[in-house]
Amino acid sequence: MQIWVIQILNSLSLGGLLFMLSSGFALIFGLMRIANLTHGSLFMLGAYVAATVARAGYGLALAALAAMFAVGLLGGLIERLVLRRLANNAQGQVLATLGLSFVAADFCLMVWGGDPIPIITPALFKAPLRMMGLIFPTYRLVVLVAAIVSALLLYLLIERTRLGAMIRAGVDDMSMARAVGIPVSLLFTTVFCLGAALAGLGGALAGPIFNAYPGLDAEMLPLALIVVILGGVGSLAGTFIASFIIGFIYTFGIALMPDLAYVILFLPMVLVIAFKPSGLFGRVST
Amino acid sequence: MKRLPIAALLLLLFSIPLFAGEYFVNLGSQILIAAVFAASLNLLVGYGGLTSLGHATFMGLSAYISAWLAVKMGLGHAATAPAALLLTTLIGVAFGWIALRATGLGFLMLTLALSQIVWGLGYRWVSVTNGDNGLSGLTRPQPFGWSLDVSSHFFWFSLLVSCVCIFLMARFVKSPFGASLRGTKDQARRMAALGFNVHAIRWFSFIVASFFAAVAGLLYVYFHKYIHPSVMSVTVSAEALLCVIAGGAGTIAGPLVGAILVVVLKTYASAYIERWNMMLGLVFLFIVVFMPAGLVPGVAHWTRRLRGDKS
Repeated sequence: MQIWVIQILNSLSLGGLLFMLSSGFALIFGLMRIANLTHGSLFMLGAYVAATVARAGYGLALAALAAMFAVGLLGGLIERLVLRRLANNAQGQVLATLGLSFVAADFCLMVWGGDPIPIITPALFKAPLRMMGLIFPTYRLVVLVAAIVSALLLYLLIERTRLGAMIRAGVDDMSMARAVGIPVSLLFTTVFCLGAALAGLGGALAGPIFNAYPGLDAEMLPLALIVVILGGVGSLAGTFIASFIIGFIYTFGIALMPDLAYVILFLPMVLVIAFKPSGLFGRVST
Repeated sequence: MKRLPIAALLLLLFSIPLFAGEYFVNLGSQILIAAVFAASLNLLVGYGGLTSLGHATFMGLSAYISAWLAVKMGLGHAATAPAALLLTTLIGVAFGWIALRATGLGFLMLTLALSQIVWGLGYRWVSVTNGDNGLSGLTRPQPFGWSLDVSSHFFWFSLLVSCVCIFLMARFVKSPFGASLRGTKDQARRMAALGFNVHAIRWFSFIVASFFAAVAGLLYVYFHKYIHPSVMSVTVSAEALLCVIAGGAGTIAGPLVGAILVVVLKTYASAYIERWNMMLGLVFLFIVVFMPAGLVPGVAHWTRRLRGDKS
């Protein structure tokens, strides 16, 4: 019983982290048609920045904020300085982000070295919750709550604000949005910053669970891709549900069949691709 | 007309082991392997407009299958080579079908996701792949008793195989089928309206490309006599993509020039600096931003601009 509780919580927290990672990816992809392959690197950078700030003794909350801002800013810079030069060249943009992801990976290796850097779980969340004779690791619950809160905020932002309405208009019909006077250029940078900041926050919150280590980017990016393929583009709910599906499949896959966890990931993706190529909830075909 | 320079080039390549040292002969073999691999990717990227970020999967799978059959099953090269080519091509059939459910960026993301899954499997499925230790203790084949352990022999063998492969690929893209593949790149809807089965054309080309990548994989595993999961990493796929776009996608010579550039750069860079990945990323960025058409047209374009010509 206990082991199942732990596995379920692990799945939920991984799902939450995947949501923070993939919702940004899906937002950028849906609006700008850019498959941002630096997204895994942004997640890893978030973890490293948070680890550095936390090691300086500022606590996890501040570390997560710092990671969010730093990575969000970096995302904006990438959009303005690199991707902007390659407008209307979808392939060039993907390849540029791929090149950047190599540079980022090597940069992290250079600055932070090859050994994993742990982020200490805050003392407040260190003691496990005990209920009904079972032990619940508190920090995993915190991650889950943080993910749900950010999902709610993102939902409100997209469905209830003017900025959100502009984003939705852009996802549905870019040239029409431009024609009715939506400042598309500013919108692109904003969304890129937002997506990157979400990835950075995810990386920071992942720190106490995974540590910050070289290769975290390559570990997370395929999971985000699978979530987006599974959930479909242009649907926040799709990304949310797919994140938790993948969180469960991956966690239980590793627990039950450590050798083949990656193959099990493959199955839902193939099924969805076979029967509904636009993803479970996708409104925009890729 | 064009035969004479090609014959002269082949003669020159053939004579390299006669005057060059072992180091350069081995470098030449690596370039030839990279050239076959890049040329196979070029079928998709250059002629089909299908940018795959997972082509290393097929090179790696073929290398792993032949290595696994040799190490764990004790089979000889006469059995492992055809088995590796056949199985890898069959996996190409399956992966091609999955990836081609989408086009454009969706295709790219699917090939990347599929290749990362196979790469992860290479690390995690320890009972089969030996994980991070890789499979070692492999041998090179001895066709007709002619030992390929001599570096010049291996070079000639690779030269023969790569010439045959590149000749076949050149014939493939010049054939009517190749013309229809180019048609699906430039005018997919018009091709569909003309009654061509766009999906089938792309799928078949994907399978052909995975077959030639499998050939490159065999050469790779014969050369190194060792295989590690990193051969299936996205870095290797990206290197091949760099060969293609640096040399000039959609040309026969492009990937070959690109392979020379990338392998030489990689070999010399790793002799002086540790950071090949950083360099690969920066070169990638540079080419994509400043020379999207490839180095040969790109250099011409920039020299024109530097001379003040505004075209």
